[in-house]
Amino acid sequence: MARQPDGPPPPPTVQKLRIRYAKRGRLRFASHRDLARALERALRRAQVPMAFSAGFSPHPKISYLGAAPTGAASEAEYVEIGLSVRCDPEAVRAALDAALPEDVAVLECVEAGEGTGSLADRIDTSVWRVELPGMTLEELRPAVEELLGRDVVVVAKRTKNGLKDIDARPSVVSASASAGAGCAILHVVVRQGTPAVRPDDVLAALAAVADLHPPLPPRAVREAQGRLDDTGTVADPLDPDRTAGAPDQEAHATV
Amino acid sequence: MTAELRTTAGESLYPRLEPLLAQIQKPIQYVGGELNAQVKPWDAAAVHWALMYPDAYEVGLPNQGLMILYEVLNERADALAERTYAVWPDLAALMRANGVPQFTVDGHRAVTDFDVLGVSFATELGYTNLLEALDLAGIPLHAIARDESHPVVVAGGHAAFNPEPVADFVDCAVLGDGEQAVGDITDVVKAWKAQGRPGGREELLARLARVDGVYVPRFYAVSYADDGAIASVAPTRDDVPAKVGKRTVMDLDEWPYPKQPLVPLAESVHERMSVEIFRGCTRGCRFCQAGMITRPVRERTITGIGSMVEQGLKATGYEEVGLLSLSSADHSEIGQLAKELADRYEGTNTGLSLPSTRVDAFNVTLANELSRNGRRSGLTFAPEGGSERIRRVINKTVSKEDLVRTVTTAYANGWTQVKLYFMCGLPTETDEDVLEIADLAVEVIRAGREASGRKDIRCTVSIGGFVPKPHTPFQWAAQASAETIDHRLRVLRTKINEDRRIGRSIGLRYHDGKPGVIEGLLSRGDRRVGRVIERVWREGGKFDGWSEHFSYDRWVAAATEELAPFGVGLDWYTTRERTEHEILPWDHLDSGLDKEWLWDDWQDALSEEEVADCRWTPCYDCGVCPTMGTEIQIGPTGRSLLPLTVV
Repeated sequence: MARQPDGPPPPPTVQKLRIRYAKRGRLRFASHRDLARALERALRRAQVPMAFSAGFSPHPKISYLGAAPTGAASEAEYVEIGLSVRCDPEAVRAALDAALPEDVAVLECVEAGEGTGSLADRIDTSVWRVELPGMTLEELRPAVEELLGRDVVVVAKRTKNGLKDIDARPSVVSASASAGAGCAILHVVVRQGTPAVRPDDVLAALAAVADLHPPLPPRAVREAQGRLDDTGTVADPLDPDRTAGAPDQEAHATV
Repeated sequence: MTAELRTTAGESLYPRLEPLLAQIQKPIQYVGGELNAQVKPWDAAAVHWALMYPDAYEVGLPNQGLMILYEVLNERADALAERTYAVWPDLAALMRANGVPQFTVDGHRAVTDFDVLGVSFATELGYTNLLEALDLAGIPLHAIARDESHPVVVAGGHAAFNPEPVADFVDCAVLGDGEQAVGDITDVVKAWKAQGRPGGREELLARLARVDGVYVPRFYAVSYADDGAIASVAPTRDDVPAKVGKRTVMDLDEWPYPKQPLVPLAESVHERMSVEIFRGCTRGCRFCQAGMITRPVRERTITGIGSMVEQGLKATGYEEVGLLSLSSADHSEIGQLAKELADRYEGTNTGLSLPSTRVDAFNVTLANELSRNGRRSGLTFAPEGGSERIRRVINKTVSKEDLVRTVTTAYANGWTQVKLYFMCGLPTETDEDVLEIADLAVEVIRAGREASGRKDIRCTVSIGGFVPKPHTPFQWAAQASAETIDHRLRVLRTKINEDRRIGRSIGLRYHDGKPGVIEGLLSRGDRRVGRVIERVWREGGKFDGWSEHFSYDRWVAAATEELAPFGVGLDWYTTRERTEHEILPWDHLDSGLDKEWLWDDWQDALSEEEVADCRWTPCYDCGVCPTMGTEIQIGPTGRSLLPLTVV
C-alpha cells in the first residue's frame, strides 16, 4: 500500500491570474527552464499564495505558454498561475516584479475572465523584430522580398534527433525590413506550429534564398504574441479577460 | 593579446562578450545577475578579489566556501569580491579568437584587473582548469614570472593542505577556514598598496607569508635524495615560519554565512539552500581527509541554525534546505532540530534534508521527521567498506546486522530507494571484502521486500575508488592500481547479477579506476608533479573531473616523460607504500594532527583496531586542539525554536 500524505488535500485554486512578462538584456540568454525556476522561486519570495497539486511532490499550479528560445529577448511571454487565496492582480504583479531579476519585467497581470476560454487558444502567432548588426537595409530588403516570393523554402532545423529539413515558408505570415542604428531590422510575423519556426529558421531561410549571412550574431525580440485575425492583425491575448472583468468580487488578500 | 584592447581597470567586458554568448551552449552561466549577487563600484574598494571555483558554473556556484568568502569580503567597505568559474571549451575558443580575457560573472571585469585571485580547490582534478584560467586571463602561469601588475594567486580549499603540485603556479595557499584569513590578506594588500607597493611583489608575498595560515611556496626550498624521496624542506627567509599552521574559526554562530545565498537562474548541481550545522568531525574515519583537517567539531546552536534557515529561505525562495556537515546526525541537538524545523515549516511545501548519513537507525527516524510533510524517495547511507573487517580498518564500525536492520527500517517507513555508498581499493582490502558488498545488497533487498511488503524497492550501490590523502592515517598507504579496482568491480558486478530476481532491484554505479590514479598522483604529489600538470594542460587537458574531457593516456604519458628525469614515476607516487620517516611533501604544513599519532592510527588500522569519537570518550591525543589552541564546541544548549510568527 503506497504511503499517502497525512492531512487534508491542499486548498483548491480559487483564482487564476494571467501574466505577461518580458525578458530583456542579459536574461535573453535564459532558457525556458531557467525562467521557470526563477519564477517559482520569485513566487515563493513574494509570498504569493499559490495553489498546489496534491501528493508527495506538490507542484505550484503554473502553466507556461510557448517560451521564446534561449538567446532571444521578449516583451510578450505569458504564464498562468492558480492561487489558493484571491489576490489583487496588480498587487501580485508588483510583488512578483520586485522579486524577479531586473531583466525580467512583469508587465501585466489580469484575472482570468470566466467563460473566456483558455489562454493557449488565444495565441497562435508571434511578432518578431530581429536586429542584424553590421547589415544594411539595402542588403536585407531584397532578401526579404525574395523569401516572400517563394512558395517553399527548405531549411535544416536542429532538433533533438539531429538536423531535420523543414519548409519554413508557410509559417511566415508577413515580413519586412527597416533600418536601425548600425543595423538592419527584420520584422517578421510567424505562425506558431509544429515544427516551430523561429527567428533562426527565418534567417536560415533568408540565407537559403538570397545567400544572406549576417556578419554578427542577430538579436531577436519577440514583440507580441496572440491570435492572427483575418485582417493580419495579432490580437492581444489578455483582451477577453479585461473586458470580461473579474468574477464575483470578494475581498482581495494583500500580497 | 588583450592589454591593448582594454582601457580602464574594472571596466565591463560584457559588450565584447555578448556577441560570443549567442554562439555557445548554456550562455546563461556567464551572464551573472544571480539573486543576491553583488556588483560594487570598482573605485570604491581598495582591494579587489576575484574568487574562482575551478570547475563549471553549475558545479561551482553552489559551493558554500566560495559563497561565504564572497559575502564576507563584500561586507567590507574597503573590499570588493566577484566570482569567476571555469569556462567551457566552446567559449574559451571564442574568447581566444576575439581577445576576450577570463572575466568575472558579476561585473564582467577582467580577472587581471583584480588584486587577488582566490581559487578554491575542493578536488585536485581542478588543477588543469587553474592553468587554463590563468592563461585565458593573461596571467603568467608561473608565479615567479609575475610582476606587480598581476593578481596574487591564492589557493584555498581542502586540496590546499598539499598545494605542492601547484606550488609553481600559485603565489600562496591558505590552510583551513577562510573567513578570517581573507580579511587578514585584505589588510596586508591594502596597506602595501597604500604605501606605494614598497619592495614590489616579493615584499607583498613576504608580508603575506607572515599572516597566520598563509603558505608562500617560493620561500621554501625542497631538495631530493637519491631514492627520489624528499631530503629536506627549508624556509629560504628567516622571517617566514618553518611550519605553517591552519586557520580555525571558533564560534560558528558568530559567522552565520552565507546570509544571502546566491540563487542562479541556470540549473546547478544543488537545487537547494544549504545551512552548515557544524564544522569538523572526530568520528575518525581513516580515509576521510575532511574529517581529519577540519577538527575540532564546532557546532552551530539550534537557534543559530533556525535563524539561518529562516533568513536564507526568505532571501532565496528555495523550496529545500539541506542541513550540511560531515555527519549531520551527530549534531548534539539534531533530534530536536529536525522536529522543530519540521514543525515550523509544516504546510509550507518546504523540504528539509540531511545530505550525508551514517548507517544508524536514528538516521531513519530523523529522515522520517524531516520529510513528514513531503515525498520519501531516496535515502543514502555510507557504510564505506563491504566487510566488517575492512570497516574496522577504516574505523567506520557498523555490524552487518545493524546495517541490514537500518536499511530495512527505511523501507518499512516508506522509503523506496536506498543508496549505499562504498569505497573500493582500501588498504588491506581483498576481493572477498568487496564481494561482501553483494551479500549485503542482496540481504537488504530480501529483508526490505519482506518489511515493506513491496516488490518495487530499490537499492543503489555506489562505489568510488579510494584515493589516499595527505594528513590522514592512510597518507602512507599504497593506493590500489586501476587494474585492481577494475577487477574488483568486475567480480562484484558478476556476483550481484547471479540471482536476477534480486539483482534487478540492485543498481551498481561506479567509475573505472583510472581517474582515481591521477587524483592520487595530484593528492600526494610534490613540486615535481607540477611539470606533469603543465604538460597535460599544454596538450589540451582540462575539466579532468568530467569523463568526456579526462584523458588517462595523456596523463600517463606526461607523467612518464616529465618524472623520469627525477627517477620517479606515476607508481612511485600512487601504488608505493611510504615508510614511517619519509619526509612527506606536506610535512611543513600543519593541520594540527600529530604525525606520530597519525602513524599509530595507521598501525592500528593495519591491526584492525578501532578508535572512538573524542566527543563522547576521552581525548586520544590527535594533537589538533593543543597545537591550534582550539577546543570542541558542542551543545546541547537547552534552547529551542519558537514557531515563526505568521508572515
